[in-house]
Amino acid sequence: MSFRQGMRVPARIYATEKLLKEMDETVFEQAANVAKLPGILKYAYCMPDGHWGYGFPIGGVAAMDAETGVISPGGIGFDINCGMRLVTTNLTYDQIRPHVAELVDRLFQRIPSGVGGKGFVKVSKNEFKRVVEEGAPWCVRNGYGWQEDLERTEEQGCMEGADAAKISEKAVERGYHQLGTLGSGNHYLEIQVAKPENIFNQELAAQFGITQPNQIVVMFHCGSRGFGHQVATDYLQIFLKVMESKYGLNVEDRELACAPFRSSEGQDYFAAMKCAVNMAFANRQVILHRIREVFSEVFGKTPQELGMHQVYDVAHNIAKLEEHVVDGKKRKVLVHRKGSTRAFAPGMKGIPEVYQRTGQPVIIGGSMETGSYLLAGVEGGRETFYSTAHGSGRTMSRHKAKTLFRGKDLLEKMRQRGIYVHAASYSGLAEEAGAAYKNIDDVINATEMAGISQRVVRFIPVGNVKG
Amino acid sequence: MPYQYLDDVATADIAFEAWGKTREDLFVSAADAVMNVMVEDLESIAAAHKRAISLQEETLEMLLFQFLQELVYYKDAEQLLLRVPKVAIRNQGGFLMLTAEARGEFLNPNKHRLNVDVKAVTMHRFKVTEERQGWKATVVLDI
Repeated sequence: MSFRQGMRVPARIYATEKLLKEMDETVFEQAANVAKLPGILKYAYCMPDGHWGYGFPIGGVAAMDAETGVISPGGIGFDINCGMRLVTTNLTYDQIRPHVAELVDRLFQRIPSGVGGKGFVKVSKNEFKRVVEEGAPWCVRNGYGWQEDLERTEEQGCMEGADAAKISEKAVERGYHQLGTLGSGNHYLEIQVAKPENIFNQELAAQFGITQPNQIVVMFHCGSRGFGHQVATDYLQIFLKVMESKYGLNVEDRELACAPFRSSEGQDYFAAMKCAVNMAFANRQVILHRIREVFSEVFGKTPQELGMHQVYDVAHNIAKLEEHVVDGKKRKVLVHRKGSTRAFAPGMKGIPEVYQRTGQPVIIGGSMETGSYLLAGVEGGRETFYSTAHGSGRTMSRHKAKTLFRGKDLLEKMRQRGIYVHAASYSGLAEEAGAAYKNIDDVINATEMAGISQRVVRFIPVGNVKG
Repeated sequence: MPYQYLDDVATADIAFEAWGKTREDLFVSAADAVMNVMVEDLESIAAAHKRAISLQEETLEMLLFQFLQELVYYKDAEQLLLRVPKVAIRNQGGFLMLTAEARGEFLNPNKHRLNVDVKAVTMHRFKVTEERQGWKATVVLDI
């Protein structure tokens, strides 16, 4: 793409020709705007699943120098630590086939989803503040999950430095009864099968816990709910007030509002963002607990007997302070990933002991009709601050999808194809039709061709709880 | 309907335009546009409960932004779906003051046909303009 005035670094879009053609014009404009932000290093990246976003594009990665760069809520997204979690079972498709409908219906009942929604974990506002400071370890301590889950979660389920003094009462009020809710939009919970022809790397798959033909796994996608959305909203406004007057920063779009990372506002937001990150880890932790309960009830075995181990939990809307080599020198870098997943290579600090030789598991959620992927981080990831795609990425607006598809028809068609769906809303379901998304295989091929992650397993959905 | 959802502005989210003869009418329409993303039939929301909204901002844009946020807040904090039949805006000491009484009822999936949740009102391309025939706003919601 051509260079625009004010760009501090070039923009770099990862895509095949086909994906590039599917991307809307605004992606390029938005990547160019991100490239103008102070302290940005190397490139303003966009991953192959990239599309229009507010401010930063979705699929955007922007690494800022920790000393001279900025932090921007728009580079993280409103749904802070929206992410994916993957759990194995030792069941095969044949074993669960007669139970899929029952499992999905029970999961739908036990894990609230859709608009608003009260969660199944009841805490007071004060206790909620502890939850957001402590994250998933709070859940495990209170009986929601296993110690090993924490080891297999990015940041062990708790980002250090979360400070509840930096969040508003409004954020607490929006979030404290949403612990244990899936949300809506593109959030979902799926029962999936790993068919033998979809295992691309037997050895890595086995190390990630996928060991038998047609093995069943559970994958889900959700975030920090109203709490995180309010944290982002609060700080967007704070940044807009001080950005120009106090720090002399000008941006092209108010959603690119930012503040120097080392400023008091920047540090306050970082501490508040970590609270939202921890809320999302806690939310996914308690949901995992519920999933184990439901499987246990249906099969009359303990979750341990069912081999329900967490493979990993990744965040794909987040900013993290990491160490990277830039121009031959080790530097502290604040990496914004908005609709992009960290994909650390084998041997890197920050991934659990069990995955030191494999590289970090990367969980990519596809559209509900097509399938999802498990990837692994590779050394080539150094090109993108070890970041890769996060999903398949939309190509069609929600409004258009709703005019083209009917939720009821879609549900029926999916059932005929062997995907049992239970949705909170028919129209919400129509907006998530597979045809509204890019082809996930194209996206994954692009990340592999670019050498920023490698395919391990592709999963096919057989049951879906749609928020 | 004094509002319309836009196809080509926001791929993964929802954009709308709302209109009103006056600033006050525009606010009422925009509130309905936000609520209609979450609830398919606005008429299904009974005016059973009231919440007073009172805001002060320097610009009309920020006032609308805060006003729409209130609806998102009550939906999460109290599970309350609200419509705003009337809004009053006045200028006072260099500020714009808004007072309104929102009315609605608690979310009930058996009664309200729900669609998708609004996570946030974004500032992306957020715009309030005065046109020849009244006022217009463009808003992008994060879904």
